[in-house]
Amino acid sequence: MASEQVATLESHQYDVLVIGSGGAGLRAAVQAAVPGVKVGIIGKSLLGKAHTVMAEGGVAASLGNLDPWDGWETHFYDTMRSGHFINNYRIVELFAKEAAQRVLELEEWGAVFDRTPEGKIMQRPFGAHTFRRLAHIGDRTGMELLRTLQYKAISQDITVHQEVTITKLLLDSDGRIAGALAYYRSTGKFVLFRAKAIVLATGGWGKIYKVTSNSWESTGDGASLAFRAGAELMDMEMVQFHPTGMVWPPGVRGLLVTEGVRGEGGLLYNSEGERFMLKYDPERKELSSRDVVARSIFKEVQAGRGTPHGGAWLDITHKGPEFIKRKLPGMYEQYLTLADVDITKEKFEVAPTCHYTMGGVRVEAESCATNIPGLFAAGEVACGLHGANRLGGNSLADLLVFGRRAGDGALAYVQEHGSLPQVSESEVEQEMDRVLSPFSVTDGENPYLLHEQLQEIMSGHAGIVRDGPMLEEGLAKLMDLKVRAQNMGVTGSRVYNPGWHAVFEVQSMLTLAELIIRGALARKESRGAHWRTDYPDELPEVGQWNYVQDLDGDAVRIREVAVPVMPPELSQLFDRGVAPGVYASQQQAKEK
Amino acid sequence: MSEEIVLSIFRGDAAGGQEVEYRVPLTPGMVVLDAVHQVQAHQAQDLAVRWNCKAAHCGSCGAEINGHPKLLCKTRLDDYVGETVHIRPMQTFPIIKDLVADVSWNFEVAKKVPAFQPSVPVPFKMQQFDVDRIQEFHHCIECFLCQDVCHVLRDHNAKDQYFGPRFMVKMAEFEMHPRDGGDRVPMLAHEAGLNMCNVTKCCTEVCPQHIRITDNAIIPLKERVADQYWDPLRALFRKKKAPAATGQSVQG
Ligand SMILES: Cc1cc2nc3c(=O)[nH]c(=O)nc-3n(C[C@H](O)[C@H](O)[C@H](O)COP(=O)(O)OP(=O)(O)OC[C@H]3O[C@@H](n4cnc5c(N)ncnc54)[C@H](O)[C@@H]3O)c2cc1C
Ligand code: SF4
Ligand code: SF4
Ligand code: FES
Repeated sequence: MASEQVATLESHQYDVLVIGSGGAGLRAAVQAAVPGVKVGIIGKSLLGKAHTVMAEGGVAASLGNLDPWDGWETHFYDTMRSGHFINNYRIVELFAKEAAQRVLELEEWGAVFDRTPEGKIMQRPFGAHTFRRLAHIGDRTGMELLRTLQYKAISQDITVHQEVTITKLLLDSDGRIAGALAYYRSTGKFVLFRAKAIVLATGGWGKIYKVTSNSWESTGDGASLAFRAGAELMDMEMVQFHPTGMVWPPGVRGLLVTEGVRGEGGLLYNSEGERFMLKYDPERKELSSRDVVARSIFKEVQAGRGTPHGGAWLDITHKGPEFIKRKLPGMYEQYLTLADVDITKEKFEVAPTCHYTMGGVRVEAESCATNIPGLFAAGEVACGLHGANRLGGNSLADLLVFGRRAGDGALAYVQEHGSLPQVSESEVEQEMDRVLSPFSVTDGENPYLLHEQLQEIMSGHAGIVRDGPMLEEGLAKLMDLKVRAQNMGVTGSRVYNPGWHAVFEVQSMLTLAELIIRGALARKESRGAHWRTDYPDELPEVGQWNYVQDLDGDAVRIREVAVPVMPPELSQLFDRGVAPGVYASQQQAKEK
Repeated sequence: MSEEIVLSIFRGDAAGGQEVEYRVPLTPGMVVLDAVHQVQAHQAQDLAVRWNCKAAHCGSCGAEINGHPKLLCKTRLDDYVGETVHIRPMQTFPIIKDLVADVSWNFEVAKKVPAFQPSVPVPFKMQQFDVDRIQEFHHCIECFLCQDVCHVLRDHNAKDQYFGPRFMVKMAEFEMHPRDGGDRVPMLAHEAGLNMCNVTKCCTEVCPQHIRITDNAIIPLKERVADQYWDPLRALFRKKKAPAATGQSVQG
């Protein structure tokens, strides 16, 4: 017998429901909110607080404001290369072609980027981008992006539901998306959303790891919800460790040190004062791709050349206080207030931190449609753009390009399928019972402590370095933890109860952690962020696959699916050995 | 390092409550939010607190520490060694539970702020020195600590008469944008209640982003209101975008 009845539930109906009010979700909502279409947007936090707010370094777009040789082809080239060619080329192509327009759109809506001497949008260099490409506002670009979209959204006819957690996606009897069940975090009361189409924009799952730059929200709820509803997830083994997180003091371990520090000239040293990146990547040095820099720091520490707290030194003092305070004000303040370190005067310790999840819900390039009719996905929760390694700045651009496309995709779907699908009352009632069940467990497992144990397992067994036995052992530990997690219990009432909220989030993370390990076991090679010491090389025969996982009944099924093959007009961009923009400039120089 | 810190945290909701003492081990560099999380994990699972970034970027964790509006994630505990640290929710807003206040009023106000209206098509040509002034306003993390401390809202509960300092910063951001074609002066003069502010500067003092709210946002806005309502000719020269409302007579 259900403890609550569907008939008495608060409920809302939308044409397009957007789950997630980060950059991708807001951009999708802004796009879908055309006259006559009812749009709602939901977030676990207050409006304007989503994880996107933390992004620092910039948004990548080939505006070519400083380097006129930049263009979409070079952005495409850099993104495919850094993704080690398991990206979906079509997604990358659309992305590279549209990013610049999306950035200008932000300017039109009130974002104020730093300027070049000619008065254009300033662009900074970043790891593995051939040209200076990241439009930025000091080191708080994510906040500017989110705030701009937030104010744009509230000026439109969009209903915002704040501090609401979705616990289940609901399908109709034909398997079409029909809605979602949620509860208000403040009251603990359930709320039913019925919708013709849903855009999933719930972000990543960096909180699965112990040392992480991610906000509490990044527990992968959306990917896990979609997976349980039958969606296909892809490239789950691909987790990005950013080379530079804070190391000390303990409370800030993992907090991000933006790549902007290296972009603006910061240099890395080991404990012996050696600038070790010259050894690992003599060409790109500190601005090599993230997987390479993170592994290099890891190797230096392993070799006994780490700093006192197990990292590397980052030094930008040679740029002078005025420059640093102007270009990296957030970093300056962060180190001063949280670590008592003045980065204008001294070098500081950094070490890799879990940062981004490249894997996620498999989507179609043009519309961001998933394999579930009516369900679209965009932003970090989706998969296909970044391949085996994400380039800095490409995520914020991703949110804009594919947030917009998902909004359009959902709109088109709604226009095609006019009616509101039915949800099953018994399914809703069962879900309410499930969500409330931790209240009736006495002496249950503490969700906070289970989360810590999950993080230990994943950091120890499926982190920056992996091998077969290590992953197998991790999987076994994880399965034990899953059993214990069935007995999570909570105390207190339903009113703003973070312990209760954590139960659902731990469940989401457990689901995805298993997929990360299974994906990592399946990919028997090293590629980008996925580094296996038992298969240390990139293997062409493995590189032709993406690993796709979905549910087969209750069991996880994993399949090799061929990476889409580029048409000749795109693949020829890689034939010359240098980036298209560089090639063009060399050709012109020759002609002169 | 077995030093302990004593926290006295407000536990309760709209119906009332009281401070409850918790002891947590002090670790180097610990901030108040770390200690609150310790309590949550080990002593009071249901202790309600808002946070997101733990890096002073998101503005979720505003509360009152020993009576001062502060961010929990930016306030170091070594500043309080030997003292009991009293932590309460922001007092200007209704309480939901424990350290979580109901700040929804701010989002209602935000909706009233007229959006940015570009006066020319993008891409804009603007020099860095043109935008330096407004970029300061873009640092706002919407923590609402300035709203919490402003006596107009806090002591006089005049939420129906004044938008509060946060939204003066927001209006200034659009209003002083070199490519904005809107005119928010009539709203500032009337509905937004700019004249309610008597420039006590308490808001500036608590702003964790060091925005000079009063000097750089509120006072220039007051000047614009004065110009437009008392000296329409000067306003024309000052604001070349020549808002339609310039000649409007003083209402109310
Ligand atoms: C410190 C840091 C710095 C970064 N810097 C950069 C940078 O300089 N450039 C760059 O390109 N990228 C950067 N990134 C990456 C980038 O910020 C993220 O990948 C991006 O913001 C993700 O945006 P999103 O819209 O996909 O999701 P998010 O911003 O994570 O938003 C997810 C939304 O979904 C909601 N949600 C989740 N689960 C549920 C649920 N169950 N029910 C309801 N709502 C839910 C959340 O509340 C939130 O509103 C950085 C990341 C970090 C951590
Ligand atoms: S200066 Fe004005 S806005 Fe700021 S606290 Fe004082 S009265 Fe409030
Ligand atoms: S102006 Fe300062 S104090 Fe006020 S909300 Fe913004 S950041 Fe917070
Ligand atoms: S948690 Fe984001 S400002 Fe404190």
